[in-house]
Amino acid sequence: MMEHLPVLVVIIPLIGAYTSLVGGWVDRRYAFPIAFINILTQFTAALLLTVRVMQEGVVRYNLGDWLPPWGIEYVVDRLNIYVLLILLFLSLLCCAYSKRSIGMEIEERKHTGFYTIFLLLVAGVTGITVTGDIFNLYVFLEISSLAAYTLVSSGRGGKGLVAGFNYLVMGSVSACFILLGIGHLYMLTGTLNMADLARVLPPLYTSTTLHTAFVFFIVGLSIKTALFPLHLWLPDAYTHAPSTVSALLSTVVSKMGVYATIRILFSVFTVEFVVGYFPVMEFLSWLAAIAIIAGSLLAIAQRDLKRMLAYSSVGQMGYILLGVGMVNQLAMTGGILHMLNHAVMKGCLFMVAGAFIFRTGFRRIDDLKGMGKRMPWTSAALVIGALSMIGIPPTVGFMSKWYLALGAIEAGQWVFLAVILASSLLSAVYFWRLLEYVYFREGEGGVEGGTGDVPLPMLIPMLVLAAACLLFGIFVSIPLSLIDPVAESLLGGV
Amino acid sequence: MIEDLFPLLLTRYNYYMAVIIMMIGLYAMIAKSNLVKKIIGLNIFQTAIFLFYISIADVRGGTAPILIEGSNALYVNPVPHVLILTAIVVSVSTTAVALSLVIRIHREYRTVEEEDLMRMEGGSG
Amino acid sequence: MREDVVIRTVCRAMIPFIQLFALYVILHGSSSAGGGFQGGVIFASAFILYVIAFGIMEVRRRMHEKVVVALSSLGLYIYAGIGILCILFGAGFLGYSAIPLPVSAAETRGLMMEFVEIGIGLTVMAVMTSIFMDISVKEGGED
Repeated sequence: MMEHLPVLVVIIPLIGAYTSLVGGWVDRRYAFPIAFINILTQFTAALLLTVRVMQEGVVRYNLGDWLPPWGIEYVVDRLNIYVLLILLFLSLLCCAYSKRSIGMEIEERKHTGFYTIFLLLVAGVTGITVTGDIFNLYVFLEISSLAAYTLVSSGRGGKGLVAGFNYLVMGSVSACFILLGIGHLYMLTGTLNMADLARVLPPLYTSTTLHTAFVFFIVGLSIKTALFPLHLWLPDAYTHAPSTVSALLSTVVSKMGVYATIRILFSVFTVEFVVGYFPVMEFLSWLAAIAIIAGSLLAIAQRDLKRMLAYSSVGQMGYILLGVGMVNQLAMTGGILHMLNHAVMKGCLFMVAGAFIFRTGFRRIDDLKGMGKRMPWTSAALVIGALSMIGIPPTVGFMSKWYLALGAIEAGQWVFLAVILASSLLSAVYFWRLLEYVYFREGEGGVEGGTGDVPLPMLIPMLVLAAACLLFGIFVSIPLSLIDPVAESLLGGV
Repeated sequence: MIEDLFPLLLTRYNYYMAVIIMMIGLYAMIAKSNLVKKIIGLNIFQTAIFLFYISIADVRGGTAPILIEGSNALYVNPVPHVLILTAIVVSVSTTAVALSLVIRIHREYRTVEEEDLMRMEGGSG
Repeated sequence: MREDVVIRTVCRAMIPFIQLFALYVILHGSSSAGGGFQGGVIFASAFILYVIAFGIMEVRRRMHEKVVVALSSLGLYIYAGIGILCILFGAGFLGYSAIPLPVSAAETRGLMMEFVEIGIGLTVMAVMTSIFMDISVKEGGED
């Protein structure tokens, strides 16, 4: 079975989605265990795949015994496996977290459907990470996006519906742009295989059609990743979705957009093209820098905890793209490392926000007075996540900012260095305010809604992520050993 | 300059048509307040892209890409057709999700006008 | 539901032909234009016509929601099952020709492709029907 792992990681959640649907029809309680075991199996398969990637470098798989470039090829290299592990790890934790957390936020008769769509989302993001075919990437992008729209609007109340609708319209437009980009590439080359495209494109680098295709890709992917001026769908979607879904969106769904961007920029088009023939990287880095500052400033202005985290996500996406956009080894390492960091710490923080809502129903930061005493473990996870977001040394957030700063120095981009430092201060401002309310303001008398921490199925994923913030910060060499060759191979000749 | 423009417009009209239809769809998505009309706009937008794909698959004088034994007929390129079939499936699913969202929005707010929705959301905080 | 003899009679006459045509399209997916998606949609359109003529309750009585779920899952299981069967026989996922049948490799491939198309057709038919039924029931229940 080892040789079939690349396709199995996609097929397992697909089968699981329908199995949990059928299981849920038999008895509603079966849906969750089926989903959880499914993602666990898939995660194990991904770990086995990691072993193979470490040994062989690149694992290739031809679907239906059609040879590439005619058939669909699945290609797994170190970047894929790194992203895949992050996505599955977070999906696993979100799935565990969802068991108790969706009880209040989603009507009970929808729980079966929730897990089905959850698994379809996982199947979609897995497909994006393993595929080596650009049209297949579009299809998986749409599978996971459609699942995401549905999940956003799965909660009670109407605001999630409107947010989901806006997300759907924006997401579909962006998918259309990506589809147009693929169409232009196909028109020009007659192939859809990424490796084949990278091989046949260089002589065409001056072609206007290629430039048009590239612009379509950039615009489409920028909407999917919510790069600053195109981020408008994001705050509402993150705020009004059920807590599990917010955690899932900010960690898994946003990462898949970033991954697709990196893949298309560096593996379909190459560094040579994006730097030499169509100098877009400078532009992207500036946009990312604006995103970092604007995201942080808007986060300061928010009174709602989840909305604050959502705006801070806009800024964090900026960090990743800034690292990618500066096109040098150190910054690229920082950017890719930040994908892991952002997933770990934002996942942790959204789960904390969900825990507060679960226990007290409070969404506003002002209402969270005295939570440090009432929910000690949850608040401890909040502290670690917040410190990591600010970038205090032993945590993981510090390491990626360190590499980004080094990269900015190497590129001689002092403005970007200033942006990175300034945004750390800004995030200190909004997280300090939060910590002040949680720890140093006394709660007003009544402890309505009960005291004590959230149930264990919600607490454990949160604490695992908080621990991961510290562990990956201290033993940063583990992810770096995977990232360094990735950054090198993406940058190729430069 | 102008002499060059006309052949350009005439020989590549399929691109311009696709762009025009796309812009009609985009206009509906942006300018219409009714959510159902926005979905229709989205569909028009997607259809423009489908037409674009189908038009680039065409080979002048080509026939449908089904193998005819023993003849060296000229076939049109089948790959874009297959791709668009998949894209149509995606578009149908998107429309289904969008419509079901609109139905639930209507049940929640008793309106599908975006302006009313914004006013209500603003009012209730 | 209005009693409209003309619509009901015409539908009763048309639905079998629509379904037959859908089967034709599904089964010609491997060798000609057509396939599971198109056939499944045509099949679902027969149900939708039935709903229009006889009302949603009649269809619900004949085709329960659980049946729809079961059919859509069954289609997916056929698809994934054949794919995994190919893996078990040592080929890649959906590498049809590896399945040992007493016919030539090309025929095996065509046969298996048809099974996969049937699976896809079932899923598409079930999903399309359920989309239509969900949307129309909620509207009907409201007004």
